[in-house]
Amino acid sequence: MEVPKHWREIPQRYRMEAGKCKECNYISFPKRLICPECGSQSFDPINLSGKGKLVTHTIIRTPHKDFTDLAPYAVGLVELEEGNTIMGQITDCDPQSLKSGDRLKSKFRRMNEEGKTGMILYSYKFVPDNGV
Amino acid sequence: MRDVAIIGIGMMKWGELWEKSLRDIAVEAAINCIEDSGTNRVDSLTIGCMSSGVFNGQEHLASLIPDYLGKKNIPATRVESACASGGLAVRTAFLEVASGMSDYSLAIGVEKMTDISGSMATYALATAADQDYEAFHGVNFPGLYAMIARLHMERYGTTRDQLSEVAVKNHRNGALNPYAQFPQTITREIVANSVMVADPLRLFDCSPITDGAAAVLLTTVEEAKKIKKHPLVTISGIGLASDTIALCNRKDLLKFSAIELSTQVALKMAGKKISNIDFAEVHDCFTIAEIFVIEALGIVKPGQGGPATIDGLTSLEGSFPVNPSGGLKSKGHPVGATGVAQIYEAVSQLRGNSEKRQIKNAKTALTQNMGGSGGSCVVHILETK
Repeated sequence: MEVPKHWREIPQRYRMEAGKCKECNYISFPKRLICPECGSQSFDPINLSGKGKLVTHTIIRTPHKDFTDLAPYAVGLVELEEGNTIMGQITDCDPQSLKSGDRLKSKFRRMNEEGKTGMILYSYKFVPDNGV
Repeated sequence: MRDVAIIGIGMMKWGELWEKSLRDIAVEAAINCIEDSGTNRVDSLTIGCMSSGVFNGQEHLASLIPDYLGKKNIPATRVESACASGGLAVRTAFLEVASGMSDYSLAIGVEKMTDISGSMATYALATAADQDYEAFHGVNFPGLYAMIARLHMERYGTTRDQLSEVAVKNHRNGALNPYAQFPQTITREIVANSVMVADPLRLFDCSPITDGAAAVLLTTVEEAKKIKKHPLVTISGIGLASDTIALCNRKDLLKFSAIELSTQVALKMAGKKISNIDFAEVHDCFTIAEIFVIEALGIVKPGQGGPATIDGLTSLEGSFPVNPSGGLKSKGHPVGATGVAQIYEAVSQLRGNSEKRQIKNAKTALTQNMGGSGGSCVVHILETK
């Protein structure tokens, strides 16, 4: 079944739900059962802001078939205001113009269609944050 | 633990082996290994293979391979740790012999990658990344290593020429290896002008898609001394370590803890320092990988991998040769076979059988085989007297 695999990711992909360790403040995205830093099993639910700065990135030119229509596209690691770093596509800009340190914010976007079911998948992508 | 020796090694010419199947190449490498060893005794078998399910629609190699090897009914195990599956297979065979569970244990590494399209092969390899939080967003392995390369260039000033020189040096070595998939010499200009795959990495920064297998036969030092067909080569140290699967979850994206820890464990077990090692076979799946691996191993300081490569430190004639076989770049990278083939090269060098690419007076070797973007790493130390 391909539906449950994507359905259960909705809290992360649509709302960026994460866990913050009650003991050491480690931010886990996605949520985990055990804190990798201190071993605690107690987390507070938080929603990530989606705002942050670009740490490093690349432009994918030879993706596998699910992403060929999109290529070339930028993917990067973004250090969020909350302190953790996540990976995402960067869109609504010229990929060649991106530089480490650029301010970015997340937007809710269509990712692609899943295999035979034709299910449309959505997630966060990052766009330039011009303070608007 | 009992002391362990490597008495047999086997490989074949790697490449796009369209006329041969997964089972054909695994068995061919094993036959070559057994013939090399001077015994036909195999008490147990470990197969390292990353993804025969995706590449070939075939799982259950722990039945298929002993069956076609004519060793029906022996205990067989398949192990997987992405591109480190081969190194893990050798480690598992080592544990069989060291523990006394087996006296003669065979490790085969195999991957048959060209039965599916290049696009599907990219997908298969990307299963070694975090499927839900990396691959889902459209990143692949060239992309992950490209992000590492960009950081390395920005932090340490690593240059295009330094990346290119890794490929040039490894192809120069591979041209002397009759088993290499791409034994052609290349220039920095060829690398720098090749098509962009994932900025800043170009086609010639990447290891190829390869069909291939390799095998090694392990026994106790005591048994090896009785057979005495080759100079004695022992495994004196082994390290295995893991790290986060997703690159973004590492505090310092240029600190490769699995490589550092597995190296420390292996060197400690062997009673050696990195300065006691004569040469290394390392996991150059991309040019940037060889640069950060030689830093993580402690051969050079962080940030010095690029300049040291340009200066010739790691060339065949240099003071610390790296990848005399041609590495993954030139020899090829059938993912599950790579870690075993590194041991093949190390043993061949330590026996003094590497002909035109022979390193003079090679007595101690290190092999480093990693999975994913450094999420797992196996290091072996091999010695001869």
